[in-house]
Amino acid sequence: MYHADEKGYYGEFGGAFIPEMLYPNIEELRSKYLKIMYEDSFQKEFHQLLKDYVGRPSPLYFAKRLSKKHGCKIYLKREDLNHTGAHKVNNTIGQILMAKRLGKTRIIAETGAGQHGVATATVCALMGMECIVYMGEIDIARQAPNVARMKMLGAEVRPALSGSRTLKDATNEAIRDWINNPVDTHYIIGSAIGPHPYPDMVTRFQSIISEEIKWQLKEKEGRENPDYVVACIGGGSNAAGTYYHFLDEPEVGIIAVEAAGKGIESGESAATSALGKVGIIHGCKTMLMQTGDGQITEPYSISAGLDYPGVGPMHAHLHKSGRAEFYSATDDEAMTAGLELSQLEGIIPAIETGHAFAIFDHKKFKPEDVVVISLSGRGDKDLNTYIDYFKLA
Amino acid sequence: MTNRIHQKMQEDKKLLSIYFTAGYPALNDTVQIIQDLEKNGVDMIEIGLPFSDPLADGPTIQDSSRAALKNGMTTEKLFEQLKDIRKTVSIPLVVMGYFNPMLQYGVAEFCKKCHEIGIDGIIMPDLPLDVYQASYQAIFKKYGLINVFLITPQTSDERIQQIDAASDGFIYMVSSASVTGSKSGFGNTQTEYFERIAKMNLKNPQIVGFGIIDAETFHAATKNAKGAIIGSAFIKHLTANGIGAVSDFIKKIR
Repeated sequence: MYHADEKGYYGEFGGAFIPEMLYPNIEELRSKYLKIMYEDSFQKEFHQLLKDYVGRPSPLYFAKRLSKKHGCKIYLKREDLNHTGAHKVNNTIGQILMAKRLGKTRIIAETGAGQHGVATATVCALMGMECIVYMGEIDIARQAPNVARMKMLGAEVRPALSGSRTLKDATNEAIRDWINNPVDTHYIIGSAIGPHPYPDMVTRFQSIISEEIKWQLKEKEGRENPDYVVACIGGGSNAAGTYYHFLDEPEVGIIAVEAAGKGIESGESAATSALGKVGIIHGCKTMLMQTGDGQITEPYSISAGLDYPGVGPMHAHLHKSGRAEFYSATDDEAMTAGLELSQLEGIIPAIETGHAFAIFDHKKFKPEDVVVISLSGRGDKDLNTYIDYFKLA
Repeated sequence: MTNRIHQKMQEDKKLLSIYFTAGYPALNDTVQIIQDLEKNGVDMIEIGLPFSDPLADGPTIQDSSRAALKNGMTTEKLFEQLKDIRKTVSIPLVVMGYFNPMLQYGVAEFCKKCHEIGIDGIIMPDLPLDVYQASYQAIFKKYGLINVFLITPQTSDERIQQIDAASDGFIYMVSSASVTGSKSGFGNTQTEYFERIAKMNLKNPQIVGFGIIDAETFHAATKNAKGAIIGSAFIKHLTANGIGAVSDFIKKIR
């Protein structure tokens, strides 16, 4: 009941609200994605690359000092140790193999923090495919190291100049590119958003995260199921992968942390569950931040990867059904949590990921609780923001 | 009474339809532009309800939409501007926009308002055929509104047949694989596509849109089709010459 149905609905959310121009592409993908994904040859190639190229399985690390500080047993799922530095590559490996099998030769992607852009540019280099990444002009400025990485990997980075010039607008531009190039191009969406089958496809590629947590936790704790899994949510791909194999395990509490920006009531926020209403964004029905008139609102977060006015349809359903607890962390809480993790465990997280660690400002766990947090990305790309914020230079 | 679109499709001529963004260049230009278009012999008008994230539109309509929203255009405001439009205008009027503003207004309430005003049809590119049929068709019918579907050069024959069967009025034939305003002029690919569709003998007439900018492209598009729609080129003309210059533009087309 928490997974997509045949038409891509999670409860009332999901579906494919696309202009007719995109229908042939989406229909091709919808009718083939499951068949292709579960072919033996696909699975073999996918898992081989995850192992030898990405470096999976990513460790499940018991964070002793953080656990002591917050009075519970905290495990970190180290997606930050993946090649390219975040969970995003799990999905881009899957989708580039999908694109090859669909006979596509040109890849487009949107990116916010640049992690998905880098992960896409990386797999395009690996497979020798043309790669164009759309990125908001504001994000290009605040995530300069990732822009440089994409260029070095041979991708073209095209600035999205419209609207708030962040992730939402980069996604609009990528969709327009796909309308203009319907035959040879595959669009690698980086989050669990977009028209069906994207949310389900991205979630399945990311579900390797919770698949590994299960057997890793069994080794360490003698049980597969933690008491809680925690992830930050923008569109929600790391969260979707972290939750996937626990959705139907009612004893596992599911926790989502959104970006409150400068505060939910500040007018500068990206906390969709608190501020959103049901609507259509980027081809799916979900919760999104909008005016009473149905115009999509410009979100704000210090983290480019969470600076998105919607959440994936699966998450909208988890929120509405009460299956997941939703919290939001402000810029300040996320930055402070990022610094704390750095100094207690020697791990500098991405600012996006810092939001997940701010859960301890909002929820008190019991000493025996086993809490798995998705450490979705590393903070190298955010050093300038950290340095400015904490005046470290 | 029968829908004005049905009557218009019976006329023995090639139809010229114009799209513009409501609330642009100035918030209250909407009615004046509609009246001037009719006076200058335009056959049908698509009134664009601006949206913050127009996925199928190129820079021109993105810009006019953003400006219109900045001017204060809303769904309610548009309905208010149009409330007396049928006292002065008799050609078919179609509201074109994206589905989210319609959804937030309430689909039934939106259709009811359109009916009261005398709107004849709706074009919502991101309201797909299956969702329309499952959830909204009965409401559109109740209020006498024609829902117009799009086809593109990539649309399969089978899907075109489905869309033809579900349509009642005309089919919006997108001329090329592109967002609005990005390509102009027609090559062999378009000509072949126009001829392919003409040979299908669809029950609905086709009106061609996207890429029509002047008399030459209008005639090329309507060689096989019933009519053509001009959007971005008209908006560019308004931007450059102001709303007093509607007749200059239309005279250049025919």
